[in-house]
Amino acid sequence: MGDDMDIGGAASSAVESFLKETSLYLAPDPEIMENHGLEPRTAFEDQCIAKEKDPVRLEIVRERILAGVNESFEMLENMGAAPGAKWGDCVSAVYTASGDLSLASSGGVVIFCNLVQYPIKFVNKYWANEPTVGIKEGDVFIVNDARYGQAHNTDQSMMMPVFHEGRIVAWAGATVHEGENGAIEPGGMPSLAEQIWDEGLKMSPFKVAENYKLRRDLVTFLQNSVREPKLQYADMKVKMYVCRRIETRIHEAIAEYGVEAVVAALRMNLEDTDAEVRRRLSEWPDGTTRHSWWTDGTLRENVQIKINLELTKKGDELTFDYRGSSPEFTNRSNNSLDITVKGMLAQLFLTFIWPDIPRNQGVLAPMKFIFDNPSVLKPAFGTPNAQSMMTVFTAWSAGQVCAMKFLYSNPHKYTRVLAPWFNMINTFLFGGLTQHGEMVGNVCADINGMGGGALADRDGEHGCAPIFATMSDIGEQEFIEEEMPFIQIVSKKMMKDNQGFGRQRGGMGYQMVLAMRDSPAFGFMLTAMGAKFPNIPGLFGGYGCPTYPLARVSGVDVFDILLKDPGSFRYSIEELMNERPFKDGKYTTHPMTLGYTLAKRGELYMISQGTGGGFGDPLDRDPKDVIRDLDEDLISHDVAWRIYRVVYSRETLLIDELATEEARNAARRARIAASKPFGEFCKEWVKDKPSGKVPYYGSWADKSLVHAGSPDAVHPAGKVNPPVIMTHPLQAKIDRLEAELATCREGKG
Amino acid sequence: MKVFMTSMLTIDLDSERWECASCGHDIGDARDNYKKGLLVRERDPSEVHAPILDAAKYDFTFAPDPDWCRIVEYCCPNCGRLAEVEYLPPGHPPAHDIELDIDALKAQWAKREPLDKPVLGPDFVAPPHSH
Repeated sequence: MGDDMDIGGAASSAVESFLKETSLYLAPDPEIMENHGLEPRTAFEDQCIAKEKDPVRLEIVRERILAGVNESFEMLENMGAAPGAKWGDCVSAVYTASGDLSLASSGGVVIFCNLVQYPIKFVNKYWANEPTVGIKEGDVFIVNDARYGQAHNTDQSMMMPVFHEGRIVAWAGATVHEGENGAIEPGGMPSLAEQIWDEGLKMSPFKVAENYKLRRDLVTFLQNSVREPKLQYADMKVKMYVCRRIETRIHEAIAEYGVEAVVAALRMNLEDTDAEVRRRLSEWPDGTTRHSWWTDGTLRENVQIKINLELTKKGDELTFDYRGSSPEFTNRSNNSLDITVKGMLAQLFLTFIWPDIPRNQGVLAPMKFIFDNPSVLKPAFGTPNAQSMMTVFTAWSAGQVCAMKFLYSNPHKYTRVLAPWFNMINTFLFGGLTQHGEMVGNVCADINGMGGGALADRDGEHGCAPIFATMSDIGEQEFIEEEMPFIQIVSKKMMKDNQGFGRQRGGMGYQMVLAMRDSPAFGFMLTAMGAKFPNIPGLFGGYGCPTYPLARVSGVDVFDILLKDPGSFRYSIEELMNERPFKDGKYTTHPMTLGYTLAKRGELYMISQGTGGGFGDPLDRDPKDVIRDLDEDLISHDVAWRIYRVVYSRETLLIDELATEEARNAARRARIAASKPFGEFCKEWVKDKPSGKVPYYGSWADKSLVHAGSPDAVHPAGKVNPPVIMTHPLQAKIDRLEAELATCREGKG
Repeated sequence: MKVFMTSMLTIDLDSERWECASCGHDIGDARDNYKKGLLVRERDPSEVHAPILDAAKYDFTFAPDPDWCRIVEYCCPNCGRLAEVEYLPPGHPPAHDIELDIDALKAQWAKREPLDKPVLGPDFVAPPHSH
């Protein structure tokens, strides 16, 4: 503001106060949402830390509170009604009075609680002194709108202030991937959402309980807004009592150690983490690593979407620069909020790189983030984001690759260098009436069965854990079948040749072959990328994952077939699709982006979980490990030769070591002969823009310019005008058919 | 002193050169892109990720679509071992994926002991069985 506009301090304050009091709408506050760092110490925290400095005593208090949080997590997991709660897609945590995440439960999903800092800070800022709301002991607040701070709208968090002698000394929080939220499709992750209002419940942080009692009028309203009203109520009670258990444990710790020790422990936990992360970053080499990756769709159409990362480490700071990534899709749900990217990256460091660091948001304090605004990783306020996983998981994997390239040379490591973990939600979502007459909408636990990346000296783990929750479960299929009207006829069986090849191979993904029965109305949907462009690469010469389709057999009832002619059934996707054992069946493949589709009894829906990336050159793989994979039916003879060049007897699997060595040397010579020097290769390979065969979004060579669908639609990054608005896929189909029809008519005429 | 930058690449801090970790072949200036000293080839992705479903019958077979994706492989010109594999849309410029501040690296390693092999990191130790 220039001098001529200076209205003086008192007047300025009056204007600020007037605007505050007359705000018509309290949107997410940029001051809160843009700051992933630590809040400044409060005067009370200063007093507490001045009194309680002994790190040993603070560690005892910290462990005491953590034990309470872990106890509350057990409650959440065991009592939670949502399928997600049962297999660990939940978390509980303690926050400072200012709202910083200080202690997350040892199990569960760190990103969930990392993002709850934002709604707590919103409540502190806007509701504490709001006469119609206020914050009192026994109040509980709820939130699910990701724009105020959640990973996505399918999660619901509840937050309870913890008081001591009239003062808020901490916050307790609990989050569950609830699933159903009343969106345009069941299950809470609608790929059909074209507007934010298609995404279901939009709970900004509000008070839902007073004096430790849920307000039934509000609960009833929420129940009426979702397809699973009983689940909504049950899990609100569970989350509230989880918060209450944390509150109890904090009160007990205060009684034993004093409030100063508790407040100092929560604050110093953050500051110590920040300091330790800076120390560890100092051990990394200074420089920049770069990695670009592409997702292959919006869930409504196949298009190529770039995620671009430059990771720069200097001194004790790390900067994630995602500029040059795709523009936002203003009427698609595959955009990810920047807070979601940051929260996922906190998970990367706290579980994959420094798993020994206390699980709190101090880990991100030394890190900076740069995005084009708006872009697919920082969409505008009105842009849908319900399927943020479609881009945030790729952004996460880009971070993992870039971090590993800094990490390998470090003489002191806290965990091992790892090839990329599989990163996509290759699982079924479902919805409809169960065999018990209940209306449901949710997701299968197979979301948690992602294959682990290979290590320098060890193969990856099969069907291990998702990138967002290393300590979760894939559930018991039989329990799910007791509640849901579908059967996984082939379940948890590894898919042959679905391997991230390498000197050490990735952990593999298993097949899911399922069919609905026993329901008058039940359907499935799929929301996964990677049918045309793989989801992850390998590391240091290893290969990534293959692509993953949906395979279907319709026009059959396999339950009848299993009854009358069980011998005709085949127990793998490969055999079912290639042998086509059912003569009346219609066999088709599709991208894994199925919109909600009502299923017919006995029709087959088939997908596979993904493999983690391979590590190192496959020609260096120990031949014995190749034969072990072959013996375990994980790979075919074709892969044993074509990828690994192992010579052996097909009858006895006995390795001919000399012939293998000769074959591998010959393969290396052939590789050299088929290759060119880099400069020569680039002259032929590099083009100045995308081919135009595929709709392309994002930068090409220059990250300051982004394409918006075609080789010649180029805009300055963050200034795409007109914005990207996709045509409805059905309209696109009609347009294509009408054009064909017109051509035919012209031909006839 | 040699620093193990990846499982296939080292940097000799004295000569400031990238080298092949497998055969010691000189690859290039450590201040420049190591890819310039490697041999490169482009592959149809189905050569690596072969169709699992019959490509004559189906559009989606578990093999990446070559209009969307190509695999670019970098190997040592001397021993032929793969140092890096990139998945790129056809014609997309390869990444300058590792660009280091060599002066800072030298200063950092001046305070460290030389290593004769890369440090893998702590091994997993299963917690004791207790119940």
